[in-house]
Amino acid sequence: MINLTVNGEARSHEGDPSMPLLWYLRDTLGLTGAKYGCGVGLCGACTVHLEGEAVQSCLITLADASDKAVVTIEGLDPAGEHPVQQAWRTLNVPQCGFCQTGQIMQAAALVAMNPAADDGEITEAMSGNICRCGCYQRIHAAVRQVVEGA
Amino acid sequence: MLGYLNQDLSARARAGTSEVHGTSAPLAALSGSLEKIDRRRFLQLTGLAGAFAVALRVLPAEAMQTYPTGGDAMPHGTVADPHVFVAIAEDGTVTIVAHRAEMGTGSRTSLPMVVADEMEADWSRVKVVQAPGDEPRYGNQDTDGSRSLRHFLQPMRQCGAAMRTMLEAAAAEEWGVDPGQVKAENHEVVHLGDSSRRLGYGALAKAAMAHPVPALDSLAFKEEADFRYIGKGEVGMVDLHDITTGKAVYGADVQLPGMKYAVVARPPVVGGTVKSFDAAQTLQVPGVSGVVEIEGSLPPAKFAPLGGIAVVADNTWTALQGREALQIEWDDGPHGGYDSAAFRAEMSETAKRPGKPLRKQGDPDATFAAAARVVSAEYYQPHMIHTPMEPPVAVAHVTADKAEVWAPVQSPYGTREDLAALLHLPIEAVTVHVTLLGGGFGRKSKCDYVLEAALVSKAVGAPVKLQWSREDDVRHGFYHTASVERIEAALDAEDRVTGWRHRSVAPSILSTFAPDSGYQFPIEQGMGLVDMPFDIANIACENGQAMAHTRIGWFRAVSNVPRAFAVQSFVGELAHELGRDPKDMLLELIGPARVINPKAAGMPEDFWNYGEPYEEFPIDTGRLRGVVELAAEKAGWGRSLPEGEGLGIAAHRSFVSYVATVVRVKVSADGAISVPEVHTAIDCGFCANPERVESQIQGAAVMGMTLALHSAITYAEGRVEQSNFFDYEMAGMSSYPEKVGVHIVPQPFSVHASGVGEPGVPPFAPALGNAIFAATGKRLRDLPFGATVD
Repeated sequence: MINLTVNGEARSHEGDPSMPLLWYLRDTLGLTGAKYGCGVGLCGACTVHLEGEAVQSCLITLADASDKAVVTIEGLDPAGEHPVQQAWRTLNVPQCGFCQTGQIMQAAALVAMNPAADDGEITEAMSGNICRCGCYQRIHAAVRQVVEGA
Repeated sequence: MLGYLNQDLSARARAGTSEVHGTSAPLAALSGSLEKIDRRRFLQLTGLAGAFAVALRVLPAEAMQTYPTGGDAMPHGTVADPHVFVAIAEDGTVTIVAHRAEMGTGSRTSLPMVVADEMEADWSRVKVVQAPGDEPRYGNQDTDGSRSLRHFLQPMRQCGAAMRTMLEAAAAEEWGVDPGQVKAENHEVVHLGDSSRRLGYGALAKAAMAHPVPALDSLAFKEEADFRYIGKGEVGMVDLHDITTGKAVYGADVQLPGMKYAVVARPPVVGGTVKSFDAAQTLQVPGVSGVVEIEGSLPPAKFAPLGGIAVVADNTWTALQGREALQIEWDDGPHGGYDSAAFRAEMSETAKRPGKPLRKQGDPDATFAAAARVVSAEYYQPHMIHTPMEPPVAVAHVTADKAEVWAPVQSPYGTREDLAALLHLPIEAVTVHVTLLGGGFGRKSKCDYVLEAALVSKAVGAPVKLQWSREDDVRHGFYHTASVERIEAALDAEDRVTGWRHRSVAPSILSTFAPDSGYQFPIEQGMGLVDMPFDIANIACENGQAMAHTRIGWFRAVSNVPRAFAVQSFVGELAHELGRDPKDMLLELIGPARVINPKAAGMPEDFWNYGEPYEEFPIDTGRLRGVVELAAEKAGWGRSLPEGEGLGIAAHRSFVSYVATVVRVKVSADGAISVPEVHTAIDCGFCANPERVESQIQGAAVMGMTLALHSAITYAEGRVEQSNFFDYEMAGMSSYPEKVGVHIVPQPFSVHASGVGEPGVPPFAPALGNAIFAATGKRLRDLPFGATVD
């Protein structure tokens, strides 16, 4: 039995401990904000917070998440008004939007840990998140807006 | 011949199903497959009479706000009926239907916004709902070809104007005054004589909807100056909040009670089949509930599944584990020998010989024979795959007498037709709900993944979510064609370009739909080959034969990508050869501002102008010159740059829009390529939502960068050699073009809205190649370039 908390709620899992957190969140809990994009940690669409750190949930097994706190996009801010979410909306960042929850979770972890991140640090922190529509210019600008507004 | 061809196709398209019940009535097969072929994607060759009439229509001063587009010739045409698209609740909430799929272009916002503006609705009180696949009701829903705004801007204005007129008529009736005495204004109707008399849209809804829909010629349209939302770019995407909070529902996010999860092991070679399989270990994986064999198909099979073994389980992870445990012996079929390197060499040989003549202007043979010298070059683009961030996925619930699917599809009604044919159900028994698309780029126009989900659901008697892994997406898609483009220019003794010969050799998309002739069809010919707009006296465009060995499909901008790469790189080569400035050379080749007469230019009788009536959307070199000048000016063309940097320019007309891109490249001492700055100018006619146009063009630069540096799908022994983002790389945050300036040519409504989603892509790679040449003196003729210049 694996115990963990997801968005503040206690959860327990009795099945395969090697199941990636991503599929547990999506298929078992119905939290579909974290997306499947590659399954091997190359695209960042599945990014969530594990103990406050941005991780790719396709690479984290439930065993890895045991007794830990997971926050998904659904739990980032109760009203959806996290500064990163607001900046995303102000700058109309998304196109198709599919990768954006992962981008936002990555950015939220960055600004929490490094509230004064410079351009290079933003680039580095966001470089594991692919956007096939190509919204990088606006993603970068949105993160910078959060940093400058902090 | 056509009847035979289509019957054959129809049978093959059905061959992917697990059961074929006898033979269908020939007539039904014919009409069904005609729909599949001609109606879905193909030019109706017979509808082209008059395509060569080159008279620019002079619009009356009051501009009737209506003009013919190719939308009328698309399956089910266009619909502008407010009863179809608009509902008004008693509380005043206006619900507007979005009937085109949303994959990131913003059409789900822009088209309802047009209705809202023209009907004087307050956008904050508008709700948008997504239409299911139902073209007889909504008009064409094929969301591809950069057509949503191009074909539906005017019908949506008409719809909004009709709704406004009906609301005004209802208020006039209520007050017993002449309709001329009332005016709709921001969600209410006002009595002009007595502005204290106002009725909200909610109060008027019932009476308004009972009014007949006014005829087009009785409608008054808003003046452009009175638009609230159209042309402003200030309306955020309708899904913006949901996207940023994880509530937006993509195909992958649909969940149904009792739903099973499935993945499929597909033959590694297109046309391969399961020789034998052993699922014993799979069935031992806890949570796996069964396996389903899906029959395969050999092209031309349209969108029929590739076949294979589906593993059904309690969740996606378990299904993937079960698939790992499958033992399958494959028969590779006829394409097991496909080797893309050898194929490239074959295409290159073919391009050295005369091909099938498509366009002949003047006397190219004599011109080349008499030339003082000939400059020639060959360009290559390998296969590419779309890799939308959401891999193909669909949820299906099929029972004995009906089918319901939820899927990210670009062509929901085509999907519905294919489902009905596959499952032998009447079309009324099939429902296709359209979710948001996590990217499309042409991949999600092909509904094979939905058909797979339906077959598995039917077999297991439960709702099924069928998920493609990224590896599945990379290895089992519909690939952008591989092509060799060879261009030769004849120069006279004074170094004037007197002749142009372009030979294109590439497997055709047609091979997915019909027995393969190895030759391209008018749609491919029209994308940057025969429509080449240069002012050269003698022109030959030819097509050499190349047989397809995989599933070929359309990818964002389609054949324009290799054509623009070849033609615009070659302009750079000519400039160098002749010691000219590349931008001056480009403008000189484009020649004076004029509307090209396709007939006089020797273009084919069946010249395809993106399905648009030529007289309404002609090739206008003045507009092409305009974007070249604008992009060059914004990029500071001609300025001196530091060592290792260079500017490159390219321009291309596609999807009846005009785009020019200037790339500034930086090549480091170790050869690493980076792009600090891009300026793209686009003339897409009247621009309903400039903010989304900007985002599309910014994104096109990123996709352009990815394909220019990285994108190659290669084959060995019939198998795709790539599998995921480590060997099929994407430009990312550390490598994207940093600053993309987008410059939209302002145009009034009378300059018809044209394509936006695709035309930004083609000019990027040649502009980058030309910039790299300017920076390093190295000419790159093979895509992809790789991340470094050797």
